[in-house]
Amino acid sequence: MSKEEVLSKVNEIFTDAFDREDLVIGFETTASDVEGWDSLMQMNLIEMIEDEFGMRFDMDEVVGMENVGSMIDIIITRI
Amino acid sequence: MDYFNYPLDTKTLYRKKAKIRRELSAQSSMLKKKIAVLGGSTTNELVEQLNIFLLYYGIDAEFYQSEYGQYWQDAMFGSKGLDQFAPDIIYVHTSWRNIDVFPEINDTMDDVDAMLESEYGKFRAMWEKLEEKFHCPVIQNNFDRPNYRLMGNRDIWDYRGRSNYVSRLNQKFYEYAQNNHNFYINDLEYISQDYGLSEWNHSLYWHMYKCAMCMDAIPYVAQSVANIVKSIYGKNKKALVLDLDNTLWGGIVGDDGIEGIKIGMEVSKGQVFTEFQSYCKKLKDIGVILAIDSKNEMANALAGLNHPDGVLKPDDFVDIKANWNPKDQNLKEIADELTLGVDSFVFVDDNPAEREIVSAQLPGVAVPLMDTAENYIKVLDHSGYFEVTSLSAEDIKKTDMYHAKAKASKAEATFADYGEYLDSLRMTAYIDDFKTVYIQRIAQLTNKSNQFNLTTLRCTEDDIKIMQKSSDYVCLCGRLTDKFADNGLVTVVIVQKAEDIFHIRLWLMSCRVLKRGMEDTMMNALVEEAQRYSVSKIIGYYYPTVKNSMVKDFYGMMGFVKVKEDEDKNSEWELDISHYDPKKPHMQIYNCRV
Repeated sequence: MSKEEVLSKVNEIFTDAFDREDLVIGFETTASDVEGWDSLMQMNLIEMIEDEFGMRFDMDEVVGMENVGSMIDIIITRI
Repeated sequence: MDYFNYPLDTKTLYRKKAKIRRELSAQSSMLKKKIAVLGGSTTNELVEQLNIFLLYYGIDAEFYQSEYGQYWQDAMFGSKGLDQFAPDIIYVHTSWRNIDVFPEINDTMDDVDAMLESEYGKFRAMWEKLEEKFHCPVIQNNFDRPNYRLMGNRDIWDYRGRSNYVSRLNQKFYEYAQNNHNFYINDLEYISQDYGLSEWNHSLYWHMYKCAMCMDAIPYVAQSVANIVKSIYGKNKKALVLDLDNTLWGGIVGDDGIEGIKIGMEVSKGQVFTEFQSYCKKLKDIGVILAIDSKNEMANALAGLNHPDGVLKPDDFVDIKANWNPKDQNLKEIADELTLGVDSFVFVDDNPAEREIVSAQLPGVAVPLMDTAENYIKVLDHSGYFEVTSLSAEDIKKTDMYHAKAKASKAEATFADYGEYLDSLRMTAYIDDFKTVYIQRIAQLTNKSNQFNLTTLRCTEDDIKIMQKSSDYVCLCGRLTDKFADNGLVTVVIVQKAEDIFHIRLWLMSCRVLKRGMEDTMMNALVEEAQRYSVSKIIGYYYPTVKNSMVKDFYGMMGFVKVKEDEDKNSEWELDISHYDPKKPHMQIYNCRV
């Protein structure tokens, strides 16, 4: 799967999680760009992404995520 | 809504949470409740899941959450938020992470005993405080097993082991639950073990999010708590309707013959069905009504049920429908005969086509996925359809009573005159006030009765006790026996006195005794009460719901005059008691109050 394909799946997850059909994210998107992306939402997003791609992030990875792109970089290496 | 059935579809429950909530919130006539969640860990996600499970059960809950980890402080010292919230139910969400001190390897047995008393004392003081302040049901987690066993296997039996300590603490919680019946344990220990303890205790979730278990397990905890809540509010399923061939035995009795079906201990497949029959029989023992809905000739169905190795016998079922009619039609008839709504039913059939037609034609019937016989018990047992929060003598005798009802409706046909039929029932009514032994049953009735219920006032046991003690209220209840059975406590009337007027705040009757004249007996008793208090006027109220239209003219038939009705059809009715014409019910009456 290409980075773009992963991004599009991740975007679907964001749409569900924030319950906003019009939400569009990019590799550079960070928590401060999306209203409601707090630590609880972070926990939800991680869980949904893990479920979707059948992989797990370890703690360092979760802590180290800077934006959507760095999240996708990790996913790419696991699938 | 399959994601709510076992095994839970946690992926969808998370991903589509917002959509699910929106859809379920659109249902009409939901029960509104306020639930305080006092947490020893993060509770936000749990509350969101609990919210959708309760909506699924028809309960629209509003939540209060304590600040992170403040469960004990909120309970012991109070918080403005919690006090103002005035919860209907309190859920204390704690886990082994909230145990203050664990035994150390150098501790003596006395040290550990003292430690145990102190830890338990902390919780007990909290529960007592909550009871004193809020008088509402409290749901408390027991403790899950800790994340490691320092001594390996020894950890569970040595008094210094954390596993042993947790197990002893849990026993103390259970003793408290035994002695305080408005107190319920949410069995976190079972949920965690059933889920898989290592994954449950994945420490990332605690250290990063202060969440007591892995996220994927949260919907299971929510389901368990929701089961307790819905059971307290009378929203359990009541009846289990079973297919026969390949559901209660292996094979097809019409084709294979009585010799050919698999039941009994000889072959392993037979053992599976025997165990399932035995599980159903035990459900019957806790008050679940059993019925058969099978495409079969009646003679074959009965032959199968009389199989010498079978556990269930024809008498265990209140009704046996063995015919070639569509199964949804049979189920609807069973529901009508028992005067229960179809939403009280669980339908069990191995055939996906039959399950499909029943769930499509009769929304509200629970239709679990019964894929293979060896999973039947597991699926039913994980569903929580029949979660037991109170177990009254009435529950245990339920099949007898419904049997009596079925017999009575058959007997009815042979009498020309209805009064003669009623006389033949040799009924005796006992009118009483709210004796302590009745409190539990009365609270149960106020939460379960939907059809013959004029105001649908739902009460907890504490509400009932308050009215019982107050001199502003006159509280009556009635028990009815007949030649077939003791129907138990079946009707409750609560009246508020204001100067020389009685206001009927609650009038309900179990549909089990519909058309017996029990309501006439109660009205006579109420008017006698009014005379005793020199009250001249009684005012009755009718608040319509989707289920109680059968009583919309009740007060009119009792001789009241309608004086008010608003646009929602809420009506108010008056009776001048000097014009009351006493009813003549066909029963003996004992007024135990005088």
